[in-house]
Amino acid sequence: MARKTFEKIYMAVILVFMYAPIVTMIVLSFNESKSRAKWGGFSMKWYQALFHDSAIMRALWNTLSVALISALIATVIGTVTCVALMGLKSKSRAVIMGITNIPMINADIVTGISLMLLFQVIGFKRGFWTVLISHITFNIPFVMLSVLPRLKQVEPSVYEAAQDLGATKVYAFRKTVLPDIMPGVISGALMAFTMSLDDFIITYFTKGVGFDTLSTKIYASVKKGIQPEIYALSAIIFVTVLLLLFFSDRIPKWANKNKQET
Amino acid sequence: MKGYQRVLSTLVLASVACVFALGGCGSNTSGSAGTGEASASKELVVFNWAEYIDPEVITEFEEETGITVVYEEFSTNEIMYPLLAQDPSAYDVLCPSDYMISKLIEQDMLLELDMEKLPTAREQIGEQYWKESEGFDPGNKYSVPYCWGTVGILYNTTMVDDVVDSWSILWDEKYAGQIYMQDSVRDLLMVPLMMKGYSINTLNENELEEATQMLIDQKPLVQGYFIDQVRDKMIGGEGALGVIYSGEAIFTQRENPDLEYVIPKEGTNVWIDSWVISKEAKNVENAYAWIEFMSRPEIAVRNFEYITYSTPNEGARELIEDEDIKNSEIAFPDLSKYKLETFLYLGEEGDKLYNDYWMRIKSE
Amino acid sequence: MFNSRKASAGLSSPYVAWMTIFIIVPLLMVFYFGLTDAGGAFTFANVASIASPEHLKSLLLALELSFISTVICFLIAYPLALILAHSRISSQGLIITIFILPMWMNFLLRTMAWMTLLEGTGVINTILSFLHLPTQHIINTPAAIVLGMVYNFLPFMILPLYNAVSRIDPAVIEAARDLGAGRFQTLWKITLPLSAGGIISGVTMVFIPALTTFAISTLLGGSKVLLIGNVIESYFMLSYDVHLGSGLSLVLMVFIIINMVVSAVSDAKEQTD
Repeated sequence: MARKTFEKIYMAVILVFMYAPIVTMIVLSFNESKSRAKWGGFSMKWYQALFHDSAIMRALWNTLSVALISALIATVIGTVTCVALMGLKSKSRAVIMGITNIPMINADIVTGISLMLLFQVIGFKRGFWTVLISHITFNIPFVMLSVLPRLKQVEPSVYEAAQDLGATKVYAFRKTVLPDIMPGVISGALMAFTMSLDDFIITYFTKGVGFDTLSTKIYASVKKGIQPEIYALSAIIFVTVLLLLFFSDRIPKWANKNKQET
Repeated sequence: MKGYQRVLSTLVLASVACVFALGGCGSNTSGSAGTGEASASKELVVFNWAEYIDPEVITEFEEETGITVVYEEFSTNEIMYPLLAQDPSAYDVLCPSDYMISKLIEQDMLLELDMEKLPTAREQIGEQYWKESEGFDPGNKYSVPYCWGTVGILYNTTMVDDVVDSWSILWDEKYAGQIYMQDSVRDLLMVPLMMKGYSINTLNENELEEATQMLIDQKPLVQGYFIDQVRDKMIGGEGALGVIYSGEAIFTQRENPDLEYVIPKEGTNVWIDSWVISKEAKNVENAYAWIEFMSRPEIAVRNFEYITYSTPNEGARELIEDEDIKNSEIAFPDLSKYKLETFLYLGEEGDKLYNDYWMRIKSE
Repeated sequence: MFNSRKASAGLSSPYVAWMTIFIIVPLLMVFYFGLTDAGGAFTFANVASIASPEHLKSLLLALELSFISTVICFLIAYPLALILAHSRISSQGLIITIFILPMWMNFLLRTMAWMTLLEGTGVINTILSFLHLPTQHIINTPAAIVLGMVYNFLPFMILPLYNAVSRIDPAVIEAARDLGAGRFQTLWKITLPLSAGGIISGVTMVFIPALTTFAISTLLGGSKVLLIGNVIESYFMLSYDVHLGSGLSLVLMVFIIINMVVSAVSDAKEQTD
């Protein structure tokens, strides 16, 4: 029994360690006083200030656009490549997987500066497009690692049967293989989306003048001194993440149910 | 299967919406990186120090001229330089300090200004500031003064009992862990150089070595090296002593009356930050309009009241309502009372030398 | 499987082209800039500059702090993984989510939160002085950076450890206990070796980001503590000496490659086992 209590205490201590900073920020976001040391009463003014801060709103918009578009493109390229991989010789497959592993294992700072050097050398103006390209680049491996295991479990016989029955390749693929790998594709896309949302280092090195994502904006503003608006932003992001997680947990189940119905 | 299709089509729709939205706001984000299509330019990229303007002034400028301002901030000259050097056409109008301006002039990165287009600036900026500027911009060909000031010690009277009149108090072990220093190479090395009576533009390696050693010895006493954050830390009572620009002094005193600003007796750095236009600027006319707008007394005084950095704009100073501030020793000191020196550009070799010492201090 | 070899090659070509341009070529550029001087002549000086006292100090400090952080992460996460894996709670997945949830929040915001907590007049000290306890000053010290690293990277350790531990067949543990092994002996001889793969991937996932960070040390170190990541950042963002910056990045890559080899070897071993 003592052991059970100890285990509970241990988990509680770690949870406090993990959540204390987040709770603090959420509490401070409602603090009327700008000072962190004293409580000046409940206030929503930092939330209002946040929504009136056009620079932060633009950064938020940039962050979401880059995350969505890069996740989508990375999902398409990643899935297609996984399918292609199945038909390749094991040697070329090993080479491709080797390349795929590079951005996963490499430190973000090296990936960031290497892309910065590339854009510099070819004279590509840094801004939205360079950040998007970089995000697609580091997102593709996450998609592939999520799709590949699924694809390996697929029985090719159904696909072959469909073709024998006169279905075109694309049609047969869509109807037989795609449904099976779909959970992998979706979780890959979600993974890519969150990776892109959270990225700071690679964006920092590949962004240009007048283009900021939330991460780079936060970095700059923290260097200037923390504004309470940023606490409000953290609170909003945390709640959004909670909701996203809740739904991402629901989507596969809901989709499964639909699948059974049809 | 239907479920997945719905999820996918939602994703696709959402991203298409995003692309469209981007196209909409792209005019002031990615478009600023100059795809080159906007010939009758309605845009201006301003690169200024962080929190160095009243934001409403920018809005007003936009409303009056119809120009969209892309406003970017830097926190030190050394951070500004590589960004400009990598892409000189990305910025139109900038506000570096004296020594950086002379570096940019030497490297042929600035546009020679047509003073005919700047009548307000010529009229409103005080004679002495134009003369002062000759030190880094001979003939006043490239720059229009925006703000000026000194560097001194800000201290909290509730924490410091000693008389603060010398840089040496920053080495007093009594204040260990309560001292803030500036996080930029020249401003940091300036302190021991001044204290020892050396030139703050010295290239003498013995003197630099000595200054470096002093800063290394001081490091255990220092709470942190910051730029803008020194202000917030001092306001928040997080430190007893901080090296800070004079312009922050009035602002911090407003927020926390316990703070005092002092120019140490050994002397200090006097500086000017001026508007310049990048040689490869895409929106030159708009940049002129910006400088003119900023030189209007009624605009300059609003900036002064917001950022509290001393203005070289004579008309603006007349407009200051608060008599105490108008005649404030901090905002408008009698410079003849102090030993002052302005930073000079030291050449590539000098920059590298200072950088090496700076790295040594920081990595200690 | 689904396509002829030729069609497969065609399908994979966009990916191969993309990764060549945006992964391989950029890395080659790091090599090129790292091994040349401003005039474009071959030199080893940039890489060798790691031996200069300033660079070496920052590398050693980064190694030290990231090593300490990795060990602390492991010591915290391993017991947690054991507890989680052995708990009979039906919603294990939910519990795991709760522990890694902070990871989904922006990494800079998480770090910033600690700034707020640790400051001289920050939340922790306010509470301490309210309780009449001595206040702590760890902000802007290496300790604060270690704390930031542990906080940020702990989920990276929890996840692989949990996966590895929960995959161990309980029958093996039972057998060991039946044969007279003590609790500690079972842990040391059975559980730990069987979760070695998870340990290695957890260590890799914590060590490399900790070693190369510059944001954590900037935010929690008050610019007083310089890590190798800060040095490289400053060469790219401040003095814009891409040659020196690239040269130092090559040194970092040595550590990354060592890490890669270790995890590849352990992967291979696991697959043959």
